[in-house]
Amino acid sequence: MDREENKVDVIVVGGGPAGISCAVTVARAGKKVVLIERGKFCGSKNVFGGAIYAQPTREIFPDFEKNAPLERKTVEHKYALLGQDDATVISYKKKHEDAVSYSVVRGKFDRWMAEEAEKEGVILVEETVVKDLIVKDGCVVGVRTELEDYYCDITVLADGVNSLLAKQIGLRSDLKPQDVALSVKEVIKLSPEVINERFHLNSDEGCIYEIFGGPMLGMLGLGFMYTNKESVSIGLGITLSELIENGLRPYELLDKMKQHPEIAPLIKDGELVEYSAHLIPEGGFKKVPVVFGAGVMVCGDAAMFVNNLHWEGTNLAMISGKLAGETAVIALGRRDFSEHALSKYQQELEDSFIMKDLRTYKDLMSGIGERASEFLGYYPEKINSFFEMFTSVDSVPKREKYRSFIKAFLSERKLSELFKDFWSVVKLLWSILIK
Amino acid sequence: MSDLEDKLYTVKYSPDTVSHLQPVQECCRVCESKICTIICPAKVYEWDERNNKLIVNFENCLECGACRIACESSSLGWEYPKGNKGVTFKQG
Repeated sequence: MDREENKVDVIVVGGGPAGISCAVTVARAGKKVVLIERGKFCGSKNVFGGAIYAQPTREIFPDFEKNAPLERKTVEHKYALLGQDDATVISYKKKHEDAVSYSVVRGKFDRWMAEEAEKEGVILVEETVVKDLIVKDGCVVGVRTELEDYYCDITVLADGVNSLLAKQIGLRSDLKPQDVALSVKEVIKLSPEVINERFHLNSDEGCIYEIFGGPMLGMLGLGFMYTNKESVSIGLGITLSELIENGLRPYELLDKMKQHPEIAPLIKDGELVEYSAHLIPEGGFKKVPVVFGAGVMVCGDAAMFVNNLHWEGTNLAMISGKLAGETAVIALGRRDFSEHALSKYQQELEDSFIMKDLRTYKDLMSGIGERASEFLGYYPEKINSFFEMFTSVDSVPKREKYRSFIKAFLSERKLSELFKDFWSVVKLLWSILIK
Repeated sequence: MSDLEDKLYTVKYSPDTVSHLQPVQECCRVCESKICTIICPAKVYEWDERNNKLIVNFENCLECGACRIACESSSLGWEYPKGNKGVTFKQG
């Protein structure tokens, strides 16, 4: 087809939270934008825990709480430390007036966002895979799909964690097994009444579990559980390099976690509705690729925008998409699509919480990863054994119990090891709070 | 294994007739770990001892991309299935 005939202002590749947010931002400025999604519908290839965050979503869709398909409003966060057969659980519960997050099902929620974007002028093209980027004189000028070529002034890559396109044009190097977590998830159907009863909730309220230890004791991996209206999503994410080194099958780890005495009663007699898997970018600040070039910008998972400590991803995706969209609108106004013009996107990211937070946690994964067997194995186990000691009633005087607990602690770990652990915590805190 | 089959039974697929996953069998033959046969969440890969080759049950693929990154020799040909093919998650 003739190049000019098939030309729009902006093409966004990938109909997830980043791509939709970008496309709708461009459309609202009256520019012509095409959003290309490879799945049957937006959300059909997407998997997360998960919950979306209310404030950033309002920035894109101010009224979403009235119209969007939401599951439950989060009122409780639980942190469960699983030992072999015991558990310590910390819970924070607050019924916020303004929701902080909602559990959603991506197949419904992403689809809804895309439909809203269409109403605002975004041209949505589904079931289409972008195979290549068309580059002319060093500038991205369009995309090549299975069927035809589309041309544009600016291309935005929101094509997810695997972003073959960002790699293709050299914006990012290939991912390493330590840069991603493999996540497997099961959605388990339970009646709303059973969910409310087991999780102590009212019908529109939700609970999030963050699960440490269990079958992943000592490894860089975490489990999760989210309540939906009529189902519970349970899964885990574990760094791919841990799976490789330990020769583990991810679904077997999940099966073990589901059998833990802390977890099993919560999902008992539930019916498996869907099994899924997805990669999570875990590389953090150090693995953020080059996010702009002549005629191109990268956002969301494709740019490794995930804050793994706080379980944030969709919010970074939405806001990075919005910032890319705003940069595109300005560039279109000036008819300047050069690398220099689009570097404004990088600046906007730097000024936002996205790069600030990623920078704050730049040493987190490497810091914990180096001592995973300590921070995610030994100490969590010790917390459980402390409570086992503290709650035991066996006619042994308490002072003796404390002393033998401390003695065991000191005999199991050399003083030099304890000092190393302490030092890495100090270093980590220093990197988070100061440097 | 039957457990995983039960899990995969819940997933909606529109399988293609050709595989979007193309291992380089010469690399697989000398690969010691054959790690794809372990880490894949859908057990897409199986080592066929008798014929000395990697079997690819591509129609079970969940399109996560872990195999491509884990592949020891980085030789696995991995692309997305065609637009109307592959997995459709309804509950992601």
